[in-house]
Amino acid sequence: MANTGSDRLLRGATGDWEVVVGMEIHAQVTSRSKLFSGASTEFGAEPNSHVSLVDAAMPGMLPVLNEACVAQAVRTGLGLKARINKRSSFDRKNYFYPDLPQGYQISQYKSPIVGEGEVTVDLTPTEQFRVGIERLHLEQDAGKSLHDQSPTASFVDLNRSGVALMEIVSRPDIRSADEAKAYVTKLRMILRYLGTCDGDMEKGSLRADVNVSVRRPGEPLGTRCEIKNVNSIRFIGQAVEVEARRQIAILEDGGAIDQETRLFDPSRGETRSMRSKEEAHDYRYFPDPDLLPLEFDDAFVETLAAALPELPDAKKSRFVTQYGLTPYDASVLVAERELADYFEAAVAVEPAGRDAKLVANWITGDVAAFANASGRGVADTHITPGQVAELVDLIAEGTISGKIAKDVLALVIREERNSKPREIVERRGLRQVTDTGAIEAAVDTIMATNPDKVAQAQAKPTMLGWFVGQVMKSTGGKANPQAVNDILRVKLGL
Amino acid sequence: MSVDLPTVRRIATLARIALPEQEASHLQGEINAILSFVAELDEVDVADVEPMTSVIPARMRLRPDTVTDGEIADDIVTNAPATEDHYFVVPKVIE
Repeated sequence: MANTGSDRLLRGATGDWEVVVGMEIHAQVTSRSKLFSGASTEFGAEPNSHVSLVDAAMPGMLPVLNEACVAQAVRTGLGLKARINKRSSFDRKNYFYPDLPQGYQISQYKSPIVGEGEVTVDLTPTEQFRVGIERLHLEQDAGKSLHDQSPTASFVDLNRSGVALMEIVSRPDIRSADEAKAYVTKLRMILRYLGTCDGDMEKGSLRADVNVSVRRPGEPLGTRCEIKNVNSIRFIGQAVEVEARRQIAILEDGGAIDQETRLFDPSRGETRSMRSKEEAHDYRYFPDPDLLPLEFDDAFVETLAAALPELPDAKKSRFVTQYGLTPYDASVLVAERELADYFEAAVAVEPAGRDAKLVANWITGDVAAFANASGRGVADTHITPGQVAELVDLIAEGTISGKIAKDVLALVIREERNSKPREIVERRGLRQVTDTGAIEAAVDTIMATNPDKVAQAQAKPTMLGWFVGQVMKSTGGKANPQAVNDILRVKLGL
Repeated sequence: MSVDLPTVRRIATLARIALPEQEASHLQGEINAILSFVAELDEVDVADVEPMTSVIPARMRLRPDTVTDGEIADDIVTNAPATEDHYFVVPKVIE
């Protein structure tokens, strides 16, 4: 699990540098209504339609905490192997911005609902590293400002105002752009398995603030810069890379890093300082007098723990031991819970006992290729686990070759969407020819019409492939390749 | 504990309160008077006391996750000085 190799270091003009990254991930909690109000969280509604008087911060309105959001935070904490704090409290984080009508964000500062935890991150299917989780707390999201509707005004929509977020703070345990991407990928996977955040970065359900600093290997931490609101995994990698390069250039020129908040501009591939209109952050946190401390008992936590789904790490190692998959295939299949379920469904189709590795190969191969091409997940295509299972069985029992199986799948994909592969094979006469008489006849014909090739093959046995090709062609690919080979060798006297 | 003039101006800025220069030193005196009044509390040793965040001997009530509110965009923007298509319209906040 150790990866302290020098391959992670960045080479500067004056020597190697180590990048140190920690992240704050804002994950939108999956819930029907908001954290402190009964307005809907549904995405894409008309402006200010999913807003209650609480979300608009009308005078006298009081927040009432959503129990489902509490449960989601605890479930996420359990998934991150973190300490659950049975007593936590809410604080006000004060700042002014038009999309924050309260003038403060209700957050958890001193006592978060979830304490220290850990994520095992997969850098490759066989190479892992650990990232410590410092805390997870619940807080409100702000509204949305649109700046491009008018040259002189900003438009404010409060639909998102008050939606529950989990802020997940990592320790500075990440050492490269690739590790940063792998961490967010893994965290997102865990959240999606748990069903506590849909992880849809395009809709802003998952956003990252990335803290980057550089240092000489072995030296104390350098001054960090925070890159705000990076909203795709690819951009997170790019932001780490360019920010580290920027800091190295400054330090190698004898300069110093200013601790500041920066923005990543993907179109220019650079980070730049956010104009600090507000002076140094002074959020003046204090306990929210409208909310009592949040308390629950062990039974509440235990009930949630008992209902937790199998998480990606456990599923991956089970796939390796139970089905004999390679770590690579297992990690591809567990990347999405639906895909893993699809695979297990295909393995389990009656009659059970088929080769799970073959099932995995077909799913991660041709079926996944079709799904990707149509922009969907495998489980969302019309191809059923039953069809995949039958295809694998047809190959295993020798009814069709792997090559014909691809043709059958192509038929399932386009013309015969609801047909059983076995019916397709029978109806279209694709059954593999194992009748040696038929194959011998084909071989005889080809040898008779190509005496020159026969002579060549007898002199040079690698010519055999040409004959195999011809036989397969004349039998429409239905001849059993092994039988063709055997018969050819005998007839050609090889 | 007392505050100097720059601190008074900073507090005003953080609170988004316009503070005419001639009032700053007057306010400084008032704030310092309040601070010295409450300074008596510093005499109590609270090193081992957990900060009190609530005086109510009750647990927080939670609500079920159901949509019970919203869909009142007309009401939400009714007091806004400027609106368009149910958006609040405010002076531009970025350049």
